Amino acid sequence: MSTETTTAAPTTGPIPDLRMKRPGGLAALFYDGAITSWRNLVVLPRTPELLFFTLVQPVMFVVLFNYVFGGAIEGSLPPGVPYAQFLIPGILVQTIVFGSAATSVGLAEDLSKGIVDRFRSLPITRSAVLVGRIVADTVRLTLVALVMLVVGVLVGFRFEGGLLAGVMMVVTAVSFGWAMSWILANIGLRVKDPETAQTAGFVWLFPLSFVSSVFTPVATMPGWLQPIARNNPVTLVANLLRGLAVGHVQAAMVWPVLAWIVGITVVFAPMAVRRYRTV
Amino acid sequence: MPPIIEVEDLHKHFGDNHAVDGVSFTVEQGSVLGLLGPNGAGKTTTVRMLATLLSPDGGTARVAGHDVVRESNAVRSTIGLTGQYAAVDEKLTGKENLWMVARLLGMTKDGASYRAEELLERFELSDAADRPVSTYSGGMRRRADLAVSLVGRPKVLFLDEPTTGLDPSSRLSLWEITRELVGEGTTVLLTTQYLEEADELADRIVVIDHGAVIAEGTSEELKNDMGGRSLVVEVHDLDQLELATELLTRCEDCAVPTMDRQRHTVSLPVEDDTGIAARAISILAEGEVDIADFHLERPSLDDVFLSLTSSGTLPAGSDTSTATEDR
Ligand SMILES: Nc1ncnc2c1ncn2[C@@H]1O[C@H](COP(=O)(O)OP(=O)(O)OP(=O)(O)O)[C@@H](O)[C@H]1O
Ligand SMILES: [Mg+2]
Repeated sequence: MSTETTTAAPTTGPIPDLRMKRPGGLAALFYDGAITSWRNLVVLPRTPELLFFTLVQPVMFVVLFNYVFGGAIEGSLPPGVPYAQFLIPGILVQTIVFGSAATSVGLAEDLSKGIVDRFRSLPITRSAVLVGRIVADTVRLTLVALVMLVVGVLVGFRFEGGLLAGVMMVVTAVSFGWAMSWILANIGLRVKDPETAQTAGFVWLFPLSFVSSVFTPVATMPGWLQPIARNNPVTLVANLLRGLAVGHVQAAMVWPVLAWIVGITVVFAPMAVRRYRTV
Repeated sequence: MPPIIEVEDLHKHFGDNHAVDGVSFTVEQGSVLGLLGPNGAGKTTTVRMLATLLSPDGGTARVAGHDVVRESNAVRSTIGLTGQYAAVDEKLTGKENLWMVARLLGMTKDGASYRAEELLERFELSDAADRPVSTYSGGMRRRADLAVSLVGRPKVLFLDEPTTGLDPSSRLSLWEITRELVGEGTTVLLTTQYLEEADELADRIVVIDHGAVIAEGTSEELKNDMGGRSLVVEVHDLDQLELATELLTRCEDCAVPTMDRQRHTVSLPVEDDTGIAARAISILAEGEVDIADFHLERPSLDDVFLSLTSSGTLPAGSDTSTATEDR
């Protein structure tokens, strides 16, 4: 192929190697995934609404909830626990759960434009677009988590469990967001229209994240709501994060969260891959 | 050498809509095939099956010797697709789009940058290289899309209505590029609703309607099938036009005249009999029709197209202007 470059060279200097050599087997999936992830990440700074949800919204939430509701809610917390210590782990899960909605919107956006046809007419791995989306969204969620924790520290949150536990907080929250992204990928692949995808995501993400211990202790809710809130995976993740924040973690807190993350992924990831092949 | 595209009895239905209903044709390497048909004829559906984006419900298709279903990846390595709607990432810049595809095809980073710049230059997009495609005009977007489909130097290029929505000068430049590519040995399958475009670019034309091939041949062959020449008389106003048509309708040996209200013309099939033409002119002159212009005309591809896709010939004296007004 490199010998065919008879057209005038637009740049000076030697002509680089223009041969096309794709890696084979599983390496191909990593290769394609890296390129499609790059595609999604490189536009992040140019997409104001995504930047807002990534960087501004978390800051606003931390500051607003901490100062507006803090005084009212602190009373229902165990004595000596500052609201920031309760709020930050909770709001971290909530923001990550909301952030996963971008996966469905992004995929629907791709499907509603011609770009998916481009990828499918190329000799690349079938699920490259899906992999690129999930990887890029996971990177973005990690960024969100880090921003939140920094702002959290500024309003009084402390890593009482040490730095390693802090790192585990990020890993847990992002893993849960990653699992949620697979559910939202299915929605995006099904509705194929960005606006509908947005609505179809928030309509259940909203109650899911609010009927939980994210902002207020479950004990302050009406009796009939308490069992729902208590078993909500968002509550389970929030509680694990709170445990990590203060350095008290029991196995009973870890297993349910792990089960949810693995369970969601095992069910929804293959479903999304299958669905992407048929859209 | 076997044909580079072989399509045999291809079928595709959406529910009970038989979008493609037994299409067969072949394309020789290095030639241009024009796939012509009205809206909804099944052109895009056919191209999408050949480009491995849709799987056929029946029949077979081979591109460069590879079956589009069983060897779809091999097919994808040899084709380029410029769809009816631009398949570029709007948020990426023109250069990034090209670079990404070059990387996906397996070029090194340097190689991909070089190839991207080469194509930007060729398609006169260098100035817009670093702007997101969302800021491009329709014509630039088309060029960017075509550039992206050429990154891997495809042997077979599918162009689905490449000039729809382009202004005349962009259309001409796209035709020029297509000819260059053919000159370099690329085989092109072009779909279009513009007969002029097929006439201009295609070596062979396949006319489809309702998912089936209804005619096939070079544009000369198709025109010849339509029969001989017509006398076309242009007059100054509509009253004159009606008078002229009336006179010619009453002419004994003449065929049925057709009037075109928009162009102020009446045309009369005369085959190769110039005597009839001369007589028709004298009838009009005697009837005191004020003739603005007259000439003998070969049937255009438009005539071929209309007679093939509508059921039979136009009724006598009918108004053909509606059929031609949107071009
Ligand atoms: N994805 C789809 N689902 C359902 N029907 C479809 C789909 N794609 C095409 N069709 C139908 O198949 C038929 C052929 O469509 P196709 O797009 O191939 O026509 P076309 O010749 O490209 O027309 P145009 O000139 O308007 O682009 C139409 O009746 C169309 O409505
Ligand atoms: Mg079409």
